[in-house]
Amino acid sequence: MPPGGGGPMKACEYSQISTRSSSPMESPRKRKGARRKWQVFPGRNKFYCDGRVMMARQTGVFYLTLVLIVVTSGLFFAFDCPYLAANITPAIPVVGGILFFFVMGTLLRTSFSDPGVLPRATPDEAADLERQIGNGEDLANGSSSGGYRPPPRTKEVLINGQTVKLKYCFTCKIFRPPRASHCSLCDNCVERFDHHCPWVGNCVGKRNYRFFYMFILSLSFLTIFIFAFVITHVILRSHQTGFLNALKDSPASVLEAVVCFLSVWSIVGLSGFHTYLISSNQTTNEDCDQDQCIQSTKFVLQAAATPLLQTDSNYSSDEPPLPGKTTLSVPCGTLPLGQPTPPTSTPNLTSEAMLADMLQRREEQDGHHFLTPEEAPSPPGMLSIGSTLTHSHTMHIFNPASQDSLHEDSVRGLVKLSSV
Amino acid sequence: MGRGWVRCRWGWMTDHIQKFHNLQELRRSASLATKVFIQRDYSDGTVCQFQTKFPAELDSRIERQLFEDTVKTLNGFYAEAEKIGGQSYLEGCLACTTAYIIFLCMETRYEKVLKKISRYIQEQNEKIYAPRGLLITDPIERGMRVIEISIFEDRGSSGSTSSSSSTSSSSGR
Repeated sequence: MPPGGGGPMKACEYSQISTRSSSPMESPRKRKGARRKWQVFPGRNKFYCDGRVMMARQTGVFYLTLVLIVVTSGLFFAFDCPYLAANITPAIPVVGGILFFFVMGTLLRTSFSDPGVLPRATPDEAADLERQIGNGEDLANGSSSGGYRPPPRTKEVLINGQTVKLKYCFTCKIFRPPRASHCSLCDNCVERFDHHCPWVGNCVGKRNYRFFYMFILSLSFLTIFIFAFVITHVILRSHQTGFLNALKDSPASVLEAVVCFLSVWSIVGLSGFHTYLISSNQTTNEDCDQDQCIQSTKFVLQAAATPLLQTDSNYSSDEPPLPGKTTLSVPCGTLPLGQPTPPTSTPNLTSEAMLADMLQRREEQDGHHFLTPEEAPSPPGMLSIGSTLTHSHTMHIFNPASQDSLHEDSVRGLVKLSSV
Repeated sequence: MGRGWVRCRWGWMTDHIQKFHNLQELRRSASLATKVFIQRDYSDGTVCQFQTKFPAELDSRIERQLFEDTVKTLNGFYAEAEKIGGQSYLEGCLACTTAYIIFLCMETRYEKVLKKISRYIQEQNEKIYAPRGLLITDPIERGMRVIEISIFEDRGSSGSTSSSSSTSSSSGR
């Protein structure tokens, strides 16, 4: 290795380091004993097709989902479509086919893709972090280690001027980025973790949320489509041959109708719920989470939004505040910057960017009323509680002398967090 | 599909380059002394930006300006990747209507920028960092959480701790 030029900084010279092999863009060289990442993956995932497919450990329910969708659609195409195509229009099987293709495509993409798993810290990085945390605790010199387990370590970062606590993940040995969460089923930290869905056999996170949303949306349409046309088929037949004969002629229709009827409520409900989550820029984890830490973080982020966007306070507390509620669907509004969520890949930009932009504009117009109970599909009670709490917290910003009980609660929440 | 499409089709975890054999080559000529981790800078929100603060460990190894230029350029690349504009809208709408099948044939803008970043880091390593005994690891290898800069010492140079060199073999995951 020829001695490198070194820098003007030091007298001795450093050997030139070969950089060729460290480039990630280099084509891989097959070496004896070189193992692929998925073969040494530390999480509880299963890999298929030479690492191209990544799923959770328990995939039984996923196969049930596949069977339900394929069998119901298959029965529809086999038994109902011939009659419908002949009697109404051949466009019905075509549209049904397109919907089925969408559903299967998005389901497989959701199930097989990486949800946005954060790689665990390398031993060097973990050691470096431990050193930093150790130094920090030595300096602090006061935190009482509660009980057997050392207190969970948090790191405070400044996001757009507001302090947010990042939690330390003991398994992955990293400080989780904002909105990341650890999935206990898959034993991974996932970026912008939504939930672990057994129906798709995978976590739903940043990288596959758009596929998941498209899946439940297209499945809602498919379910309603099949249900509607099965009913139409039976009705048309019963005009000709009577109701019981119609059922006897196409027994599959009964099965399809039952399956679709049972699933339409949950699927359509879930689509509506996720539409609401997208429009309010939340994840399921953030919406339904009981963790005080995340609630406090959301309080802070919402408080961050308001001072930037409005100068005078025009709050209207519609209902008496309910103290001490742990689960709240407090809409997260915009991100601290009011910028659309950073996309992993650009297809995400379409829905989120437009919705987040709309949200920002609405905020600027109305001040603080970015989600009124009539706009959001979620239970109005919970939502107005959330708005009220937000109002009270922002009142805390503008009017420190306010002594309402909610103010106390939120302060207590924050204080509890900081003592951890 | 997001990050690292070319290297890792279905996510960075399924990439098939194992790094430790590369580091073994490096250790022939130099020994890994320590690593510096440049953390994310969240002051402008959750977009991917890294802190430009000059770490103390690099004080004697590289000029402040060079380091800051590298990090600022990387930040610029990431901002460009996440930028939302007409092209990204079109790409998104097209992908949505084709049930994302189009991504089997086409590369997203984000992936194109990631490739650019990779080439840039390699070029920086070759031209600036390797001559000074430093090596930058692409942040995507670390989940976009840190920029890892490895500091190497010449074999036979006195004083430096090389105990971390034994852990570097397992750092290849």
